[in-house]
Amino acid sequence: MISSVVSALRFHDLTLGYDRHPAVHHLDGVVEQGSLTAVVGPNGAGKSTLFKAVVGALKPLAGSIERNGSAARDIAYLPQSAEIDRSFPINVYDMVAMGLWRRKGPFGGIDRKDHLAIEAGLAAVGLTGFEQRSIGTLSGGQMQRMLFARLVIQDARMIVLDEPFSAIDGKTVADLMHLVRQWHWERRTVLAATHDIELVRAYFPQVLLLAREPVAWGATREVLTAENLDRARRMCEAFDEAAEACASEAA
Amino acid sequence: MLYDILIAPFAEHDFMRRALAATFALSFSAAPVGVFLMLRRMSLIGDALSHAILPGVAIGFLLAGMSVLAMAGGGLIAGFLITIGAGLIARATTLKEDASLAAFFLISLALGVTIVSLKGSNEDLVHFLFGSVLAIQNPALLLIAAIASVSLLALALIWRPLALECVDPGFLRSVSRSGGAAHIAFLALMVLNLVGGFLVLGTLLAVGIMMLPAFIARFWARDLTGMIAVAVGSAVVSGYAGLVLSFRAALPAGPAIILVAGLLYLLSVAVGPVGGLIWLVLPRRHLEA
Repeated sequence: MISSVVSALRFHDLTLGYDRHPAVHHLDGVVEQGSLTAVVGPNGAGKSTLFKAVVGALKPLAGSIERNGSAARDIAYLPQSAEIDRSFPINVYDMVAMGLWRRKGPFGGIDRKDHLAIEAGLAAVGLTGFEQRSIGTLSGGQMQRMLFARLVIQDARMIVLDEPFSAIDGKTVADLMHLVRQWHWERRTVLAATHDIELVRAYFPQVLLLAREPVAWGATREVLTAENLDRARRMCEAFDEAAEACASEAA
Repeated sequence: MLYDILIAPFAEHDFMRRALAATFALSFSAAPVGVFLMLRRMSLIGDALSHAILPGVAIGFLLAGMSVLAMAGGGLIAGFLITIGAGLIARATTLKEDASLAAFFLISLALGVTIVSLKGSNEDLVHFLFGSVLAIQNPALLLIAAIASVSLLALALIWRPLALECVDPGFLRSVSRSGGAAHIAFLALMVLNLVGGFLVLGTLLAVGIMMLPAFIARFWARDLTGMIAVAVGSAVVSGYAGLVLSFRAALPAGPAIILVAGLLYLLSVAVGPVGGLIWLVLPRRHLEA
């Protein structure tokens, strides 16, 4: 299945954190190009921190990230809680069109080809007909679909999703997960953080189990063992809130 | 008859024509800035800054008398210094930007009034605080036109990053570095337009022609372009109607302009198609889908 072992990301003894307190400790490893990797771990395990560093929003405390020649800004990134002002007067079409930023910049116009791409992106997430709706009228699930449409338009070789499926119904998760698998077939590199172990087992070939330090990284079946999940839980027991989430996942 | 009321004042009097030109130019540049201020939840910051330029204007007045360039220059410098100062204090301490701006504006207002009183009369002070749109001379008119031109051009340049930074700053950061530059350029535009507004309406009312049209627009349009159009339109209408009103009823022109804008605002709150109060009383039947 794996034809080439080219790295999209390479972590060298990477330590990340805030105010010198490490949130990710001594991470070494390679994200292969075209791989579909779930990053799993309790709250406070450093998943979001790792993603912020991957997209260049956070400088490593120590170690480094190698992006195989591509720029951090070429990575399409969906943050955990997008800080979107939903009262802003902008419609779904314009919001999705912003995905063209890397190619259009602040001045480029939207031509016929771009228009078709935007329509296709909206169709891919099932939002055809929502073009003129202002974003304030969207439900949570529709909002997430719209953000996925923007990711489609970004057409990036690497896509980083930070808990994209929290607080979203099953139908929406299934539709968006279909899109993620399509990206995988197109040999794009996808990293996604999630708490949904069943979802990971069903769809993700690779898993990084993180509890501030990497617990295990590799094929899903080998990583998501009861023993590893238990270890991750114990490693994060210092975090009260996290301990509970861990326990339920290990069950 | 209608000609006498609506057109004659401007046809017959030079000072009315200049006043009209100045308010129109200001409407086209200040109202769009006001819309962005509102959308960025910075409505009160414009208010604070408009007072903050007073000491700069007063120092210009102290040094050069009633020279438009000296006063506008002083206002610009004071505006920029205070914007930067408030930003730095907000970054370096636990005080938030709005709080440190509020502190600066109170100090500035007191300082400005004091400086004006050192040299000028009470009349001068009233002139600074409330403007004298009917006494605008050609240099001031040219300066306002220049400010309006620069500000429209600059707004066109930063339009996209500015809008995106309002609606989704995280995304803008992930694709581009232009957000910070756009924010700084926008603050500069705000100061520039407040100085222009000062020349027409004085420091206390300058922010009126910036913010009231923006609030009006919120009740009439759902998209950004529409809001800007409504804001500019209502600023133009307020300027024109205010001047006519002040001419006919012998009212002070600056306050008359802002009062007309205020009237339009109250009207919009009452019957505006986007969220006006009337729709609470007259609920329309919900749609099929």
